[in-house]
Amino acid sequence: MAGYPEAHPGLPTPTPLADDGRGTGWTSNVARSRNTGDLIFQSLTGLGAVVVVAVVGAILLLLLWKSMPSIQRFGLGFITSSDWDPLHERFGAWPSIYGTLVTTAIAMLLAVPLSLVTALFLVDLSPPWLSRIVGTGLELLAAVPSIIYGMWGMTVFASFMQRWIEPGLAGTLGFLPLFQGQMNGMGMLTAGLILALMILPYICAVSRDVFRMTPGVLKESAYGMGATTWEVTRDVTIPYGMRGILGAVFLGLARAIGETMAVTFVIGDNRHVAASLFASGNTISSTLANQFNEATGIKYSVLVELGLVLFLITVAFEIFAHLWLRRLRNAGGR
Amino acid sequence: MAATVTISPQTLRPLAETMRPRSMAWRRGVDLLVRVIASLSACVGLIALTWILLTVCIRGGAAISWTFLTQLPTPPGVSGGGVSNAIVGTCLMTLLAGLAGIPLGLLAGVYLAEYGKNSAVASAVRFAANILMGTPSILIGVFINVLLVSPPIGLGHYSGYAGAAALAIIVLPVVARTSEDMLRLVPDTLRESALALGCPRWRMTLDIIFRAARGGLLTGVILAIARVSGETAPLLFTALNSEYSVRSLDEQTANLTVFIANKGPSPYADWQQMAWGASLLITLGVLSLILIARFTLRERKS
Repeated sequence: MAGYPEAHPGLPTPTPLADDGRGTGWTSNVARSRNTGDLIFQSLTGLGAVVVVAVVGAILLLLLWKSMPSIQRFGLGFITSSDWDPLHERFGAWPSIYGTLVTTAIAMLLAVPLSLVTALFLVDLSPPWLSRIVGTGLELLAAVPSIIYGMWGMTVFASFMQRWIEPGLAGTLGFLPLFQGQMNGMGMLTAGLILALMILPYICAVSRDVFRMTPGVLKESAYGMGATTWEVTRDVTIPYGMRGILGAVFLGLARAIGETMAVTFVIGDNRHVAASLFASGNTISSTLANQFNEATGIKYSVLVELGLVLFLITVAFEIFAHLWLRRLRNAGGR
Repeated sequence: MAATVTISPQTLRPLAETMRPRSMAWRRGVDLLVRVIASLSACVGLIALTWILLTVCIRGGAAISWTFLTQLPTPPGVSGGGVSNAIVGTCLMTLLAGLAGIPLGLLAGVYLAEYGKNSAVASAVRFAANILMGTPSILIGVFINVLLVSPPIGLGHYSGYAGAAALAIIVLPVVARTSEDMLRLVPDTLRESALALGCPRWRMTLDIIFRAARGGLLTGVILAIARVSGETAPLLFTALNSEYSVRSLDEQTANLTVFIANKGPSPYADWQQMAWGASLLITLGVLSLILIARFTLRERKS
């Protein structure tokens, strides 16, 4: 600051502001605030950043610490065991992991194609005004609290499943063990379908952004060659956005895998692993929601370990999704 | 570039092998078919939204009355119960979560956008924020239960403060990431002009950059609040629920979402109806916040 007037010898020297009693002129004010005000502010913002990292670390450490008794007692066999016997203190995670995987798989199988087609519709096919309406609708669908999906799923959607979808599936695909058995509207299929609805807006929003990254010039040149809208979509937009879509899919997956209330309401809390998708089951999060509050002793530790398993799965998916999306962005920026 | 390119049937051959020549009518037909399929799948989301909202409005609307908004819950079979305590509890915990989570999130966002930028520390913070955003909310509940509710670290009893803490942890990364994005949209020339006038960096950030990014910051904050006010899972193991009015947040605290989770699956028709009433309140609250956020952002843009 002191060197400023000398650096511009041809210009008139700036005169410091008059002393108004609150300071000793502008240069010294700046110098002082650089030392104190800026330092305090920067430390405060650093504190905010540290809290974010500390919370993640604390979650991992506390979950690990509380699940130690269970880890020591059951070891790796915890993952594959189907026991759930609080009386004799024998516990296994397999039915919960199985239910989590099955419901998530159903959700992904339905939501991924549906949201990709919807995203293409929003980017390429629909007029802007319609695009805005559908976009707002999907935004609201994403915002509906999960407990509301649960209430709706339990009362309205479950009976719809029981009356229409499940008999329909049993009638056409009933030779498969997946679609046999009692049809009461509650179970893994219903949970998977509701999950599909819940993650649809998320996958759709990310893949819409990915598709929008397609350079206009590429599309215009294809249109200029006389291609139809679908041909432009198939040969330009989809190949261009293909890699980004995987990132979107993994974000949706991470969301589906930990969803709690909606699943808890419709899955029927059953610890028996059944081949049929009509059968009731449980997921890691629904088991936590149903049992954590009453748990004491080793069962508390078992449930925390279940939570730890879920945390590690979601972290793995998050890492993968973000690495993938970042790689894509770097490639696109070149 | 200057070389002349002669287009002969031979040069077009490879292209012709990948794209079989079709009649225009066929191509138009396929195009139309795809349009129809895409429009139908775009409708799936809208139909589901309408179905859910109609269900909530019809069933919930039947429960809403002055008594419902002002009275305490009653046992099954006793008429005239309400959810006044749950409304107060949800509002208080959301408010407290916002008071804790929003300033911290803004600070973290300022750090990322103004100080950390592309440093290794900043990418670690950004990564942690992403992990935290992706963490299932029920695990936040388990975490706060271990930290604040269950002995030996915790106090040994459920409390509204614990519920607010769990919600604050959900608010924090959302506000941090959206505020970073919004602050980064402010052009660097504004920063440079402020600094060139001798403005210290903290004044520059608070007076110039925050003012320029006001709309976006507000949107991020509203979205974060909307998201937590409908959360159930993080409150299950922290605030739990209560049949009594809220006297202190140092005890089990009534709230709308856990109220729905408790009463909705019960076998009593009047409790179910109250759960639907509470569902309508929470849905209206969350969706109107989302719409407000959307329109503040659009207003800023135009």
